[in-house]
Amino acid sequence: MFSFRSGQMSGRALASRLVIASEAKQSRKPRSKNWIASELMLLAMTAFCWFSVPSSASAAEAGHFGYGTTPTAEQIAGWDIDARGEDGVGLPPGKGDVATGEKVFAEQCAACHGTFGEGEGRFPKLAGGQGTLKDDRPELTVGSYWPFAPTLWDYINRAMPMPTPHTLSSDDVYALTAYILNLNNIVPNEFVADRDSLPKVRMPNRDNFIWTDPRPDTAAEPCMSACRDPKSVTISSTAEGRDLTPRTTGPLDDMQPK
Amino acid sequence: MRPPFWRGKPGPSHRGDSEGIAFNRRTLLGVGAALTGTLALGRNAAVAQGEGASPPADAPWSQSLGAGVVDRPYGSPAEFEAGVIRRNVPWLTAGTESSISFSPLQHLNGIITPNGLFFERYHAGRPDVDPKLHRLMIHGLVERPLLLTMDDIVRFPSVSRIHFIECPANGGMEWRAAQLNSLQFNHGMVSCAEWTGVKLSTLLEEVGLKKEAKWAMVEGADGAHMNRSLPLEKCLDDCLVVYAQNGEALRPEQGYPLRLLVPGWEGNVSIKWLRRIKIGDKPWHSREETSKYTDLMPDGTSRGFTWLIDAKSVITFPCPEKPLHGPGLYEIRGLAWTGRGKVKRVDVSVDGGLNWQTAQLHEPILSKALTRFSMPWRWDGKPALLESRVIDETGYVQPTIVQLREKRGTNSVYHNNAIQTWQVKADGSVFDVQLS
Repeated sequence: MFSFRSGQMSGRALASRLVIASEAKQSRKPRSKNWIASELMLLAMTAFCWFSVPSSASAAEAGHFGYGTTPTAEQIAGWDIDARGEDGVGLPPGKGDVATGEKVFAEQCAACHGTFGEGEGRFPKLAGGQGTLKDDRPELTVGSYWPFAPTLWDYINRAMPMPTPHTLSSDDVYALTAYILNLNNIVPNEFVADRDSLPKVRMPNRDNFIWTDPRPDTAAEPCMSACRDPKSVTISSTAEGRDLTPRTTGPLDDMQPK
Repeated sequence: MRPPFWRGKPGPSHRGDSEGIAFNRRTLLGVGAALTGTLALGRNAAVAQGEGASPPADAPWSQSLGAGVVDRPYGSPAEFEAGVIRRNVPWLTAGTESSISFSPLQHLNGIITPNGLFFERYHAGRPDVDPKLHRLMIHGLVERPLLLTMDDIVRFPSVSRIHFIECPANGGMEWRAAQLNSLQFNHGMVSCAEWTGVKLSTLLEEVGLKKEAKWAMVEGADGAHMNRSLPLEKCLDDCLVVYAQNGEALRPEQGYPLRLLVPGWEGNVSIKWLRRIKIGDKPWHSREETSKYTDLMPDGTSRGFTWLIDAKSVITFPCPEKPLHGPGLYEIRGLAWTGRGKVKRVDVSVDGGLNWQTAQLHEPILSKALTRFSMPWRWDGKPALLESRVIDETGYVQPTIVQLREKRGTNSVYHNNAIQTWQVKADGSVFDVQLS
């Protein structure tokens, strides 16, 4: 399959390569075994590159295997649920206001997230926490942490409510988005969420994300002997006696927080 | 003439019960017959409790006919291994549906995690997907959108690769201090398997990428439609769309019938129950790559798209679950891995990092796979502080928790790849500790 594929993908180029090789064979005598080996290697590498680096040229040859079907516009529309966070591309028509959101939230969300997004038990808190990100115990919520408002619409639409996902209308999802943003004092009471308004909402933590990985950020040295003063090696913390560890033998543990 | 066992299934007494093995009458008679010599001197009780030094020369299982083939058409571990299971920390999450379980590394040998013990991470529980109804859609900035059945996907050229998957929250409970006295709970969100499927690059070549294509959005068929953005360079480099794990179909827990496998990157991006790949020109900034799976720094900024799993190692024996039993010669054993490629070297210290010796690496040493190491150690019975430190092929050296905290504070949750310290006490017991 693989050789078949690479041959098809770039058959003309491969053929010209072979011609060059055979011409070279005729003109250069005697040839060393090394020369043949290196030429074969070159061929193999070239074939590998053709295969592994798709380019706009390969795009023109899409559908080589021919497996599967082309989805219909209706099928794509049914699956294509995503909305992008930064620019809101993909947000559907429809709208929802804060007051409607409050009602839907009470019915669909408050049991886990609390009436005002304060979170029940260990379920996520949705509101508050602004200004706590540098604290010893920061509170990460929609208002304090999330960088993009359309992500909220996308997430509610794709995953909530947890026991009955994909049951809310687009309008209800817009309304919930408006309500949760309002709980966080990010939009006023009269805010109406839709595909135009959501991307314009400026989230408080918007500019505090670095989207390129700065690691490696540690520069450890592999010292082998007498790496530090023995007196400096002290135990700073131990899990012994903390009573947080479920048992690791016998049946599953159901321990709850102390 | 058929022998008696041929007449039908043995009665329930043959099968054992919840308390362990229950012998049938014939077996008990056999034991009685064997109780001669020293065993007849009233020591059988001690043997049964495991205290005796002399097991019967012919044990009950040697004196009876065993179960036949297809007694268990799909095999299962010995009943004595019943405690070797995935376990969770119930107080950690609101429920089990959006939660994690940990692989019992203390009981595992080699680099392959058995399918039933592979760690779990769900965001909306485990969907039980019907493969006949499952489809993979590839669309967006492509020349030819595709809808593929499982039969279609299996037809593509297949490859098999051994790779680990690690949740970046593995060890996340230990940023502030040592908390959980367990190898399983501190390190068990890593597992390793042989995966078989089709290269994602093959599928992307099949649909044909448009010039402006730069990112892929990958999405699951679970209730959360879990989704992440991936740069196309990675998709075209070594990502796989897999349907098999260790030789058999994926387990439902691992994404049956189809999952993405992104070698060396945080487990969350290896979308399970993969249903859709959309090609775009920008990342999506989904909830799972903004609100979660971002690393909060002490200055209030956050790092996003920190996909790479940095090099990490841990001693799996001894450990809190597997203490030492008296002074003598032991083999310190452990696992090392890195998302950057291959493990190059592992050093082991028994004195809290003052002095190190290079451990032996065991074949196979594969890129982005768990790698075994070991070092013989004669324990003198005195307290010790055991550590391992991996260096990968890029020269990256596994840091201490102190070094990580200096850069990242204690609230970044993810990507704690610090050196693990096990405190061995004089009685051989082992504890999770952190050093200053």
